[in-house]
Amino acid sequence: MERFLLKYFTLIRVIIAIAIGIVISVFLIYLISEEPGFSLRSFLLGPFLSRSRLAHVFETASPIIFCGLAIAVAFQAKQFNIGAEGSLYLGAALGTAFAVSTNMPAFIHIPLVLLMAGLAGATWSFIPAILKARWKASELVSSLMLNYVAYFLGLYLMNFHFRDKEAGYLVSYELPESAWLAQFIPDTRIHYGIILALVFALLVYYFLYHTTTGYEIRSTGFNERFARFGGISVFKVVVLCQVILGFLAAFGGMTEVMGIHRRFVWQFSPGYGWDGIIVAIIGRNHPLLIIPASFFLAYLRVGGRVLNLMSDVPAEMITVIQSIIILLITAEAFLSQWKYRVTLRQAERGGAA
Amino acid sequence: MSPLLKSILSAEFGFAIFRVMTPLLFAAIGVSISSLAGTINISMEGTMLISAFVGVVVSAFTESLVLALLAGVAAGMAMGAILSYFHLRLKADIILAAIALNLFASGITVFLLFIASGDKGSSSSLKSLVFPELHIPLIKSIPVLGTIISGHNIMTYGVILAIVVFYIIIFKTPLGLRIRAVGQNPDAAESVGINVNRTRMWALMLSGFFGAFGGLYLSMGYVSWFARDMTAGRGWIAIAAATLGGYLPLGTFLASLLFGAVNALAIYLASLQFPSELISLIPYLATVIALTIYSARALKKRTHKVEEAKRVGKITEVKELGGSS
Repeated sequence: MERFLLKYFTLIRVIIAIAIGIVISVFLIYLISEEPGFSLRSFLLGPFLSRSRLAHVFETASPIIFCGLAIAVAFQAKQFNIGAEGSLYLGAALGTAFAVSTNMPAFIHIPLVLLMAGLAGATWSFIPAILKARWKASELVSSLMLNYVAYFLGLYLMNFHFRDKEAGYLVSYELPESAWLAQFIPDTRIHYGIILALVFALLVYYFLYHTTTGYEIRSTGFNERFARFGGISVFKVVVLCQVILGFLAAFGGMTEVMGIHRRFVWQFSPGYGWDGIIVAIIGRNHPLLIIPASFFLAYLRVGGRVLNLMSDVPAEMITVIQSIIILLITAEAFLSQWKYRVTLRQAERGGAA
Repeated sequence: MSPLLKSILSAEFGFAIFRVMTPLLFAAIGVSISSLAGTINISMEGTMLISAFVGVVVSAFTESLVLALLAGVAAGMAMGAILSYFHLRLKADIILAAIALNLFASGITVFLLFIASGDKGSSSSLKSLVFPELHIPLIKSIPVLGTIISGHNIMTYGVILAIVVFYIIIFKTPLGLRIRAVGQNPDAAESVGINVNRTRMWALMLSGFFGAFGGLYLSMGYVSWFARDMTAGRGWIAIAAATLGGYLPLGTFLASLLFGAVNALAIYLASLQFPSELISLIPYLATVIALTIYSARALKKRTHKVEEAKRVGKITEVKELGGSS
């Protein structure tokens, strides 16, 4: 039992943090709701109680998985690039521009549009990457600033050049049908983006844990000096991991445009880049753990929406819970005393844990 | 004269710049002071939001501006204290913890707003107070200058004072010296007996202190209510301004002035059918360029020192320096 605890300590810590978050939410609901039992049920079970809500969990999770993977690759190398949001926004805007200006058969149009969006996002995140690698400019600040630049550029492009004036509200022209990702479950909006997200999670896992470059990325994150001493080109790692980040985020954003809206509809940045940071933290930057983390976040979101609709508890409770969970997970010293005691007991007993 | 030029050259435009700049500068001072200690506080967005909310609610229920001010500032400093507890004691990464705090502020303010007023959008049903405007006698009757610098909210004059206070803290007090020492080289600071963690805690709490004023101004001066997520990215822009200003008093002031001017310009241009998007992105782009130049110069200086040391034979080999090796 204790050996099990030590082996999975990180995972157990995450689960405890989530449990504390849920307990606090129960407490908050009982504090303010007139019918706490009903509110609690709509929050925790609501997402499972109708087909459309359950579908909504899947739809919401899909772009979040992409962004979580994107952030994980950069965070594994300890590059705090938080520019997924900007790459996603500008990449999807340029991808949309490309899609509405071209016409070709679907089997070539779909991959080409996704690739164009991804490359646009990768190019965008190359900027903070090269500034960091070449001149040591903080990628945190520059990627944050470039998020705004990307947002305004994308918005300008959509509002002034690709705006559908007949639509009645601010959206781009509709994508040609050859660039639609099909929704494959009837009466839901679940589209092939979720399949692509899962495939990419496997690819990123393989890349990070079973290739030399992946090893170099992780080593650099673990100890940059050591990596440099071992002959790893830190310059290459710093650039590459951020370029991959931009590619994945923009690719994910584009699947959302092609699968759900079929137009560029974002007058405000959708926030998936920030969600990506949340799931990367919950999933401890592990590509495969990002999947359950994204579904968990999507579940909380949908639960919050149900709560908002059905009861007297505002959905913003979910945001509070999320923040508490993240704080507890990022606090490395949280529960470390406990781990220490268990380790000590194991050692005293002479167990080879 | 074109209508655009006319509006930019008007005294009202000068007035607008100061109005827009006030919350940015407060927050930028907060970011600067924490960055000087080597612990960048990117939770300004959340700090301002919490203070803006607390100020409105306390003023509505107590009808006292002083209590509202005190409560708002206490809330801001509490945010700094929480961040330092998680970062310094519980070893959380400061960036991630600050992102979580921003999220927390965004959620908890709307949550509590709903409980306090039954509304999730804004606090317009609460009768909250605002800080007074100050009309300076004599100066206000000077033609152009009077319009620009008189009649502002008292907080706008407060922010000028805050810059002076920031300067004094950093350059004229023992705490300021410790903050700079810890920021430049924590190990060296530690070796001469400075308590690194305690110094950083103070820097983070001071950063919350200054940020709080920015938030209070937003909901009790700039407008007279609290609205959800009303900081609208100002906390992030403040990071840009602080970085552009090199975390120093005068630089931070000038950078905030620039951001204020560009934002005021964007507001004007949007009304003239010009793509305001293209104007709005200028300050962010300028920050990236300034940051790069600043970093490149710092890197060159460091490399130069090492070369110099090598030449005189003090060290023979340096492995871990520079990004381009």
